[in-house]
Amino acid sequence: MIKPTTPIKAESRNLNFFYNGGNHALKSVSMPLYENKITALIGPSGCGKSTFLRCFNRMHDLYPGNKYQGEIVMHPDNTNILEQGVDPIEVRMRISMVFQKPNPFPKSIYENVAYGLRVRGENNKRMLDDKVEEALKGAALWNEAKDRLQDLAFNLSGGQQQRLCIARALATDPEIMLFDEPTSALDPIATANIEELMSELKQKLTILVVTHNMQQAARVSDYTAYMYLGELMEYDDTNTIFTRPSRKETEDYITGKFG
Amino acid sequence: MNTATTMLEQSINLTISPRLAKNIRRNIKERIIEFMLMLAALSAVFTTLSIVGVLLYESLSFFKTVSVVDFFTDTQWTPLFEDAHYGILPLVSGTLTTSAVALAVTIPIGTIAAIYLSEFASHKTREIVKPILELLVGVPTIVFGYFALLFLTPILQKIFPDLPGFNMLSAGIVMGIMIVPYIASVAEDAMRAVPMSMREGSYAMGATRFQTAVRVVTPAAISGIVAAYILGISRAVGETMVVAVAAGQQPIVSFNPMESAATITAFIVQVAMGDLPHGSIGYQSIFAAGLVLLMMTLCFNILGHMLRKKYHERY
Ligand SMILES: Nc1ncnc2c1ncn2[C@@H]1O[C@H](COP(=O)(O)OP(=O)(O)OP(=O)(O)O)[C@@H](O)[C@H]1O
Ligand SMILES: [Mg+2]
Repeated sequence: MIKPTTPIKAESRNLNFFYNGGNHALKSVSMPLYENKITALIGPSGCGKSTFLRCFNRMHDLYPGNKYQGEIVMHPDNTNILEQGVDPIEVRMRISMVFQKPNPFPKSIYENVAYGLRVRGENNKRMLDDKVEEALKGAALWNEAKDRLQDLAFNLSGGQQQRLCIARALATDPEIMLFDEPTSALDPIATANIEELMSELKQKLTILVVTHNMQQAARVSDYTAYMYLGELMEYDDTNTIFTRPSRKETEDYITGKFG
Repeated sequence: MNTATTMLEQSINLTISPRLAKNIRRNIKERIIEFMLMLAALSAVFTTLSIVGVLLYESLSFFKTVSVVDFFTDTQWTPLFEDAHYGILPLVSGTLTTSAVALAVTIPIGTIAAIYLSEFASHKTREIVKPILELLVGVPTIVFGYFALLFLTPILQKIFPDLPGFNMLSAGIVMGIMIVPYIASVAEDAMRAVPMSMREGSYAMGATRFQTAVRVVTPAAISGIVAAYILGISRAVGETMVVAVAAGQQPIVSFNPMESAATITAFIVQVAMGDLPHGSIGYQSIFAAGLVLLMMTLCFNILGHMLRKKYHERY
């Protein structure tokens, strides 16, 4: 099946997740994220894609009563990041996230990008300037934003705001980036920009992306996972999934017969 | 061109089908409801306008005797004395000083309380703390006045032995404590209205809870927080009982909170509760003073409105 030619950056092992109130949203999910690869998560609405993604940066810790079971092992640390003794803040500093809806802070463009560095205590102006520029270039926003860095971030267009959120996540040099339907609120051109960006970003980091858009999964990802009702139904390299999936359900979903 | 003419010709022959015609009964019902709603809204406007009207009318007769220049420049306010002076400045200084002390107390405490309640307290804690704060709102202000006079002032006198029994410091501090629940509750509402997605964005960057509260939630809610401050200022400027009881009755121009002084409101109750004949100049002076009070609150409200516009929140 899959011949791992690249090292694994992180992997979930028998991951179960329970929402407060007992909803068993993930059922024994095991899958790898290969380093410098893009892994796409697809599946019908409510199957647990966001839930799975948000386990990787311990986002579920923000709400009381949620429970993880199983492991997400991060390499090269070889540590289960769901362990009690692991500090979620340290995890989030290395695994950053871009949300479905752009959510810039009520600050200037510059301060939005500098935010992650500032909360890490970085206040050196030169250092911040350099990092902000680098991150905005990395998110293909520099040309549009360089003359208005002090503008409020809300004045950007939706697509620009989403690239700003990517720049914000990039500024702290994360090892893994999580994208939860990053283009669902954007037009085709902005979507193409972001897809191109993701392909460039994988030189530097590992990406996990949730998408409802089959073409997008086929275009950008190296590996694809199909989830259904909290279970991982099929995982393979993207080419295989889209040309000869081994399960009927996967094929039905991809071809639009279901979902 | 061609199609446009045909359409024009056609439209001449159009009629309104009964199924699409205006529904008279529904329209009348709507109109009646609209009218009643308007009446309710107008009653508030009407009351406010009559208050302003009465204030203006009575002040006008006051200013027939006392010149406006004297009113705003004379540094003595002795309308009830033989040698009557009508300078509003001492009352304004008293009002501003007690309000400043109150704000110095209430803004930090109220803001911190709001941040705590909105961002740190668990659901259970909030359910316990909020009713207690609301209870504080229900305490009659005269109780706070005597609390300042009989409890806080003696304590302050231990620290500052020269402090007079009536002083603006004690009155201001207690007034500040009294306003905390208002500020905390309005500011907390504003902070809780900040969408969770914005907080998640901050946490996802590795921010702590405190960093998220101070660097993201507070600026996002700033317009509501400013509104809370303005509400607090208006309350402080208009507060009567605490200052009347604890700050004293001597109108002197002073911005030193360690002194005793009268405020506009304290003067108004003093006269209103006395037995000055209607129409006398002393009686009319309280309307002039009231007008000044109204203008002060209005200024703060306009200022607040401008600030809110400046920091208008957008998510
Ligand atoms: N906060 C919550 N509390 C309880 N159950 C939740 C919560 N959030 C999601 N769920 C449930 O968990 C399941 C998985 O939800 P999740 O949001 O992960 O789906 P998804 O695959 O991301 O769907 P979509 O494609 O619509 O975003 C759903 O059944 C959902 O109802
Ligand atoms: Mg989702």
